[in-house]
Amino acid sequence: MLDLRASVIALSYIVAAVLFIFGLKQLSSPATARAGNRLAAIGMLLALVATLIDRQIVSYWTIAIGTLVGAVIGIYFARTVQMTAMPQMVALFNGMGGATAALVSVAEFIRLTRLGEPIGAGEATSIVLGCAIGAVSFTGSIIAFGKLQEILSGKPLQFPLQRFVNALILLAVFALGVMVVMGGGPPELWMLFGAALVLGAMFVLPIGGGDMPVVISILNSLTGLAAALTGFVLHNQMLVVAGVLVGASGTLLTLLMSTAMNRSVANVLFGAFGAAGNNTAAAASGVVRTVRQTTPEDTAIALAYARSVVIVPGYGLAVAEAQHTVRELATDLEKRGVNVKYAIHPVAGRMPGHMNVLLAEANVPYDQLLEMDQVNGEFPQTDVVLVVGANDVVNPAARDDPSSPIYGMPILDVDRARNIIVLKRSMGHGFAGIDNALFYHEKTRMLFGDARQSLTQVGQALKTA
Amino acid sequence: MSPELVLGIYVFIMAIFVGFEVISRVPSVLHTPLMSGTNAIHGIVILGAFLIAGAADTPLLHALGFIAVVFGAANVFGGFVVTDRMLEMFKKREPGTDGDKKDA
Repeated sequence: MLDLRASVIALSYIVAAVLFIFGLKQLSSPATARAGNRLAAIGMLLALVATLIDRQIVSYWTIAIGTLVGAVIGIYFARTVQMTAMPQMVALFNGMGGATAALVSVAEFIRLTRLGEPIGAGEATSIVLGCAIGAVSFTGSIIAFGKLQEILSGKPLQFPLQRFVNALILLAVFALGVMVVMGGGPPELWMLFGAALVLGAMFVLPIGGGDMPVVISILNSLTGLAAALTGFVLHNQMLVVAGVLVGASGTLLTLLMSTAMNRSVANVLFGAFGAAGNNTAAAASGVVRTVRQTTPEDTAIALAYARSVVIVPGYGLAVAEAQHTVRELATDLEKRGVNVKYAIHPVAGRMPGHMNVLLAEANVPYDQLLEMDQVNGEFPQTDVVLVVGANDVVNPAARDDPSSPIYGMPILDVDRARNIIVLKRSMGHGFAGIDNALFYHEKTRMLFGDARQSLTQVGQALKTA
Repeated sequence: MSPELVLGIYVFIMAIFVGFEVISRVPSVLHTPLMSGTNAIHGIVILGAFLIAGAADTPLLHALGFIAVVFGAANVFGGFVVTDRMLEMFKKREPGTDGDKKDA
């Protein structure tokens, strides 16, 4: 029988779990999403407060100071981060969750060993897995953060025998795990922790920046799984339920993203897409073709006298922080009676739904945002397509050229529109490191420069057009 | 296997079904907030950090508990706040546009 205190905790956990489930349900519909997030936050608060009355807790100082420090850091960053930096923010918070799960697993193992309590094989397995997955998620997220923040190169990092080395590290993690389960002590678990940290970094380093939507989803799902495993270690069902819910949502997003790229998850993880090898042939074949440049003034005229304009945003929009400028331009065009829509590719940007968040920040109404399937039929009737910093998701080679590395990926068929204007910093390649036939298309005009500056110039020219 | 572990596995499997059922159809506009919201939820692991930190009796366990609590708290508080900020933007649409329609 549970005593009163334990009963209160158990009941609070059940209520919190229900709040999480309802919160997630509401998060999947635009009208209720904000309420859903708050519901989940209330569930969290309830679970945290209930845990504080647990008998196991004898001192509150570490908890109080730690929570205060963490909360201040978390809230400060959450409130000040630019919307364009959202993917790296999500990656960072995710890594912290992973680290927490790993540290809790290690600490619980040390505590149990010190008390001399027997650790069953099931518990030991949970500790090993929680520690390993949490650690992988931690360093993996930190590397993803580094790539997104451009501290590290967004290009896949490769070296000779990479797969062999990674396989060795994985093997070491596995072997150390078996040793811990078979009765090893804290030294083995520490070594496992260290090896898993290295593994996490090695696993994300070879993945290109453009595959980040998939990677972030996987890391999110891994941290959820690590949290659930910690629940097994501590015999805490609250952790199991919440962790699994996150794991399920992360897995769903992972599948959605890899489907949108028409690649398997394994291909994203181990394909080292956009590695140097792909570049050479494309660069060689690109020399002979010509690119037609345009000016902001000509762009303004083309837009002003169009009946329908479709704007295709990509990662370049986020980099240039041009979401507000593009929205202002669209508003001016609408005042002139031009029909303006936005075409959103599922993997445009660096995390699932990245473009939607940016355009929402700039107050673009939902009904102007079209998904790939809705918009592809409309391109032949579209007068002007304005591509702002998107590249691979509009590359016709994905549709037409079986030799292209991205062949088979569903794309936005912008080349079927009557005119195409591409805003781009320079003739650099997209993350896939391959040439884009769209840029050489006879209907395409290139407007080089920083997207925000170019759009501002177009906007000014529009006033006199 | 301890009965507690069996119960845990039971809960684990049931929660998988609930999770997939609840989140199966998410419109792409909400992919980022969903990710960031679930990100905050896995911060629940801070519960474990509380238990470790609150029961710590050696400097090592104190240190591990403290770091875990700091990371967990940053994850939980930062995650919920940033998600709320994001979702606030989704609300801020011009009145009278079709965007106000609930496409639930």
